[in-house]
Amino acid sequence: MAEQPLLSVENLTVQFRSDIGWVTAIDGVDFAVHPGECLGIVGESGSGKSVSALSILRLHSPANTRYASGAIHYGGRDLLTLPQRRLRQIRGGEIAMIFQDPMSSLNPVLTIADQIMEPLRQHQGLSARAARRQAIALLDMVRISDASRRIDDYPHRLSGGMRQRVMIAIAVACRPKLLIADEPTTALDVTIQSQILTLLRDLQREIGMSVILITHDLGVVAEFAQRVVVMYAGRVVESASVAALFARPMHPYTEGLIQAVPDPDEDVHRLAMIPGNIPDPSTQIAGCRFNPRCRHAVRSCLAETPALIDAGAGHFARCPPRIAAGRIA
Amino acid sequence: MSVSSIVVVRELVKTYAVRGALLRAVDGVSFDVRPGETLGLVGESGSGKSTTGRILVGLDAATSGSINLFGQQISSKAGKAALGAVRRRLQFVFQDPQNSLNPRMRARDAIAEPLDIAGGLTRAARNDRVRELLEMVGLPISCGDRFPHEFSGGQRQRIGIARALALRPEFVVCDEPVSSLDVSIQAQIVNLLLDLQERLGLSYLFIAHDLAVVRSISARVAVMYAGRIVEIAPKRELYTLPRHPYTQALLAAVPRMRPNKARAAAVVAGELPSQIDTVPGCTFHPRCPFAFERCRTEKPKLREIAAGHLAACHLHEPPHQPPFAN
Repeated sequence: MAEQPLLSVENLTVQFRSDIGWVTAIDGVDFAVHPGECLGIVGESGSGKSVSALSILRLHSPANTRYASGAIHYGGRDLLTLPQRRLRQIRGGEIAMIFQDPMSSLNPVLTIADQIMEPLRQHQGLSARAARRQAIALLDMVRISDASRRIDDYPHRLSGGMRQRVMIAIAVACRPKLLIADEPTTALDVTIQSQILTLLRDLQREIGMSVILITHDLGVVAEFAQRVVVMYAGRVVESASVAALFARPMHPYTEGLIQAVPDPDEDVHRLAMIPGNIPDPSTQIAGCRFNPRCRHAVRSCLAETPALIDAGAGHFARCPPRIAAGRIA
Repeated sequence: MSVSSIVVVRELVKTYAVRGALLRAVDGVSFDVRPGETLGLVGESGSGKSTTGRILVGLDAATSGSINLFGQQISSKAGKAALGAVRRRLQFVFQDPQNSLNPRMRARDAIAEPLDIAGGLTRAARNDRVRELLEMVGLPISCGDRFPHEFSGGQRQRIGIARALALRPEFVVCDEPVSSLDVSIQAQIVNLLLDLQERLGLSYLFIAHDLAVVRSISARVAVMYAGRIVEIAPKRELYTLPRHPYTQALLAAVPRMRPNKARAAAVVAGELPSQIDTVPGCTFHPRCPFAFERCRTEKPKLREIAAGHLAACHLHEPPHQPPFAN
């Protein structure tokens, strides 16, 4: 990819304070998102996908978080070292975020109008009247019918799908360059999920923004993203274009995960399983973190931390034995 | 329907008073479960699928309708008390094993609790049974001494299953048993349930919102919307030839892993109406792309449209022919 990325995360390590000392939640994470593209970050519990996303805007509690290594390059600056004041100008302006549960991200005692108008007044300095007009236009944009009436409702009057539309309206209010969506449809029913994903895709094109979509759902990534990063136990294990990842997964974890997802279009007798459990972030695993669950593990997997290797055509995987075998074949 | 069914539910209704109005959470649901079979019950939030399961195991009382379990008629209003005679033969696996296990009880005691309540076992026989159950759900015997917080979500669900099996039930209602688990763990639990069914001849009512998971475990599948079963059919037929427009929309909405495949159908618009009872006719008609006059006035009945395939849709009643035959 010759084009300059909009944002790139390099060698990011984030640690959290716990009862047993500092625990490494993500370890040397690299990814980049290009202008106008959607990057999917997929992983299971404890993979570090949300930790990575929240780190971009430094949304972790400062007292209990240590950015032990790395940089987050955005617009010629490093977001990790940017003063709080400057970062606040970016948050909700150039880089916006939506979360899984719209109910807990909306303020229950403020009307929809108050909450959509806030970023418009804060970042764009609009007057109250202009902000309200703009807010109604935004509700129209996220396809909330009867927007001029609904805008004075409180969040509890809205369904889960409607609340997520409001969250999206707030997020895109300042026409961000990047939208970070952390499990935006996980709490929603499947028919509402497809409405919200369609809306996000339309808005992405309209505004020309990039999207980082964090999800546990491989189907959502396949339908929505152009490139995908797979995380496991705090590390990136594979990254590729969506087409390449699903057609030819290189890392045994990615392969196992794809096979474990039941297919709504096939009758199967039993599901393919990945044996064992997802490791707790506080447990130390030498070498490749997936080795206790990996069918293909060889001696070197138990000793050396594998590097993320370019297997060609922008397809990276953290599995040297598999990539070596692939090159021979 | 066949006399051999171990569960026969007819015209089950459950209403709740919500701010002066009556909400029909379950609105005339009928189905059978046959010995050794898994009936999948799918639907979105508010469809009434969990309420149906809770009524079956006696955690809720029905407003009206009849339930026959193992040939024994359970009076709909009596709920829990009437279940006494058949109680042991029927068990429940919950969604969230985190909240359904007592945090201060060791795994072996949690598993033995139903045995202790039922009584009649010597200490040695009880402990043997606990060991057998741990083995059955794929947990090492040493796990028995640990507390719930020391287990992962998948392991806790294994304990929940062992507990449900303690009294050798014939029928287990599984309410979203894998929906809080990660994909790699979800497959382990689905396979465990399949193995146990084969080994013990269990019947399941498998309640879930995930259509793909339901396909992987069920023999027949019922789809619920707004308190009603809108379609019920053998699994293969339901997924390949869905006849109700809601089933079609639901299947089309599932994101697929094949990146190049264009989405088969348009996204269904709208949401489940909050005041279901005020919708005249078919409750799906405000969202249905095929709705016509009759759908707005008359509630469609669940009727057989092919062998073992029932749908509640006016499109499939003569004289109207389905415009989307495939």
